[in-house]
Amino acid sequence: MASLTVNGVPRTYDGDGAMPLLWYLRDELNMTGTKFGCGMGLCGACTVHLDGAAVRACSMPMSAVAGKKITTIEGLDAKGQHPLQVAWRDNGVPQCGYCQAGQIMQAAALLKQSARPTDAEIDTAMSGNICRCGTYTRIKAAIKQAAGVKEA
Amino acid sequence: MSSIPTSHDEPRVGQVSRRAFIGTTGGFALALGWPAAAAADDAPKKYGAYGMPNGVVENPLVFVAIADDGLVTITCHRAEMGQGVRTGVPMIIADELEADWSRVRVVQAVGDEARFGNQDTDGSRTTRHFFMPMRRCGASARQMLEAAAAARWNVPASEVVAKNHQLLHKPTGRSLGYGEVAADAARLPVPAPADLRLKKPAEFRYIGTGKLPIVDGFDITTGRAVYGIDVLQPDMLHAVVARSPVFGGTLRSVDSAAALKVPGVVKVVEIKGSPIPSAYLPLPGVAVIANNTWAAMQGRAALKLEWDAGPNGSYESEAYKAGMQASAAKPGKVVRTSGDVDAAMKTAAKTLKAEYYMPHLTQAPMEPPVATAAMKDGRFEVWGPFQSPQAVRRDVAKVMGTDEAHVTVHQTLLGGGFGRKSKGDYATEAALLSRETGGKPVKVQWTRDDDLHHSFYHTVSVEHIEAGIGADGKPVAWLHRSVGPTLLALFMPDPKQESPIELGMGLANVPFAVPNLRVENPEAAAHTRVGWYRSVSNLPHAFAIQSFVCEMANAAGADPKDYLLELLGPPRRIDPRDVNDTWNHGEDPTAYPIDIGRLRRVTTTVAKEANWGKPLAKGRGKGIAAHYSFTTYVATVVEVAVDKDGTITVPRVDICVDCGAIVNPERVRAQMEGAVAMGIGNALTGEITFKDGRVQQDNFHQFEVLRMSAAPKRIVVHMIPGDYDAPLGGVGEPGVPPVAPALCNAIFAATGKRIRSLPIREQLREA
Repeated sequence: MASLTVNGVPRTYDGDGAMPLLWYLRDELNMTGTKFGCGMGLCGACTVHLDGAAVRACSMPMSAVAGKKITTIEGLDAKGQHPLQVAWRDNGVPQCGYCQAGQIMQAAALLKQSARPTDAEIDTAMSGNICRCGTYTRIKAAIKQAAGVKEA
Repeated sequence: MSSIPTSHDEPRVGQVSRRAFIGTTGGFALALGWPAAAAADDAPKKYGAYGMPNGVVENPLVFVAIADDGLVTITCHRAEMGQGVRTGVPMIIADELEADWSRVRVVQAVGDEARFGNQDTDGSRTTRHFFMPMRRCGASARQMLEAAAAARWNVPASEVVAKNHQLLHKPTGRSLGYGEVAADAARLPVPAPADLRLKKPAEFRYIGTGKLPIVDGFDITTGRAVYGIDVLQPDMLHAVVARSPVFGGTLRSVDSAAALKVPGVVKVVEIKGSPIPSAYLPLPGVAVIANNTWAAMQGRAALKLEWDAGPNGSYESEAYKAGMQASAAKPGKVVRTSGDVDAAMKTAAKTLKAEYYMPHLTQAPMEPPVATAAMKDGRFEVWGPFQSPQAVRRDVAKVMGTDEAHVTVHQTLLGGGFGRKSKGDYATEAALLSRETGGKPVKVQWTRDDDLHHSFYHTVSVEHIEAGIGADGKPVAWLHRSVGPTLLALFMPDPKQESPIELGMGLANVPFAVPNLRVENPEAAAHTRVGWYRSVSNLPHAFAIQSFVCEMANAAGADPKDYLLELLGPPRRIDPRDVNDTWNHGEDPTAYPIDIGRLRRVTTTVAKEANWGKPLAKGRGKGIAAHYSFTTYVATVVEVAVDKDGTITVPRVDICVDCGAIVNPERVRAQMEGAVAMGIGNALTGEITFKDGRVQQDNFHQFEVLRMSAAPKRIVVHMIPGDYDAPLGGVGEPGVPPVAPALCNAIFAATGKRIRSLPIREQLREA
């Protein structure tokens, strides 16, 4: 029996410890904001925060999250008004939108580490997150808006 | 109108029975909008939306519902996969309706073309086909509201004006809200088309402004948006399927004992699959059904399977490429000819030839294929991300042996489509598995390796081009041989020649002013499922032709932009039939000629905006390309920087689009930005290869798509304004084709190295 916290709510889990956190969130908790894209930590669609750091839920076994605090896109901001969420909408970032929860969670972890990231820092932090629609220039613009960094 | 339900549960009446299309070229027509050539010879040919199966419905009672409190509900009948139709199409209706956008909500139609008209969201068609019908739909609704208010006040309808969700009687200053007369309006006759009063463009509230955010923006950024993968049903089971690793293979044996011991696994089921040609039907496979996705995956890993590879077991990409190269070296079926190419080549001052290769690619939408189905009392409910929900309905009905009236297809958002989700094999799998569980809802989840291994791939092709250049440097002869397997192979046994659709994607209809010109199509056989991927055959055709134009310019000692304009020739309108294009995107050739003036204009505009001709630092270069596709004109300038170790970066891309009138400029800009990114990614690293009949790429570490690190630093979109009374062009696809050749032309300008084989990968690191 493992205990963990998901978006501030205490949870217990006694299933297969090898099950990735992604499928626990999606299939057990019916929290579908966190997406499946590759299952190997290659695309970032499943990015969540584990004790504040960005991790890939598809490759994070339940055995490794005991005692941890998990934050998903549903818990990033109660009203959906995190500065990144606002900036994403202001910049019209999403096309299909499927990867964007993971992109926002990755960007939120970046801004915690570096409040005013450089272009190079953004590239490094965000290059694990694939957007097949190709919204990268707008993602970068939205991160800069949320961070209060002027566009070059 | 308040009485018009939009619930998905509403029973449908008046279903017409339709022919089954599977396994015939009719299915192809259905899929790609080939005009129905089978119609009686004396019947007038139908074009555009009217030539598509089930054509157009523009009745406001189908699309618009207004509640007593004035809330306007607009039903979107096209699939949203990022191109913005759930904003754009309702916006068109709302504009003509004079609705206040803050009091409009959008719901998604079920798959039901008899009721909604054609829903096959493919071919860059939605706005092009439905701009005018949806304007008429909104105007009809507005006039019905005006008439209802006039009746309430007992005044002539001509004295009532709808304005921003209100009906105003100017002579007396009285007003009514839309909700107050909606029920009356719904009982009035729908105005005849001749009686409709459409707005003048100057009166548009939303069309052309680009001011409205996308309707799903809040849900997407908060994780609330529902994609196919997010469908939840009570007592739902989860399945994954092990499919034949080779297309056309069959199951020899299965041992499911270990799989059934995995905790959570409920059942193991064989899916027989369809023989070739298999259209959109499931492949042979073994499904593991479980209580959750992870258990299903663990169960599948525990299966012991033996497959017979079948006729495609020796498909191997390198050998196949060599075969296509051999075919391209010899004459093939002539698909267009003018003048005497052979004689002109002999007398030309200079000749050159080149061969280009583009590998198989795949759509790889970020949401892999996924669908949920439930069988109850012989009826099927299906939920998922479908580009063509009616095609899903047809296929599920056919495979399950029931009538389409007994199949309801609920449409979710699509986590990317790009052509993959036009084909609903995954939905039919879900329906089959639900029957096997006694009707429980079953969600079939494809993993990424399933998606890469069992897709409907972009063709693979060799393009061989020769040209003769006169003593004055001008082009005098053009010979193009295009070799590649055709997507017709999905629908008919072993075709070897490209279809009119593929030939009409910038190959036979190449719009160059060269006096002696011949296009040939040598044979090629398909050994996998060839489907369509965003921009389809325009990708290899534009890559080869626009690269070769730059090579000709270099041979002639001319500027590549100037030489491109030279080849395009003077502004003129080409009748597609005169360049052997019998398809013309399904559009009327008189309404949609190839307008060289427009193609020249996007070329000169993008060149000017990108400062073409301005000297660049060492290691930098610019390339230009222009291409007409999906009835839209696009030109691109790519700037590259190549460092000493051959690393490519793209500081800036300019792209200019002329799609006619622009309905939602903000989303047109987004589509062009995305097209640039996808085009760059295709060229840099995109490649699917086969060995022993099997795809060699398992996930994104091997099928590499563009990431932010390699993305253009800046994309500048230039839009040519258009006339709202003229026919519209497509937007979703035409941005991609010119990107790869512009990139490769830029690399040549920067390094002197000509890329003729994609992907580029490490080619600049060699030598």
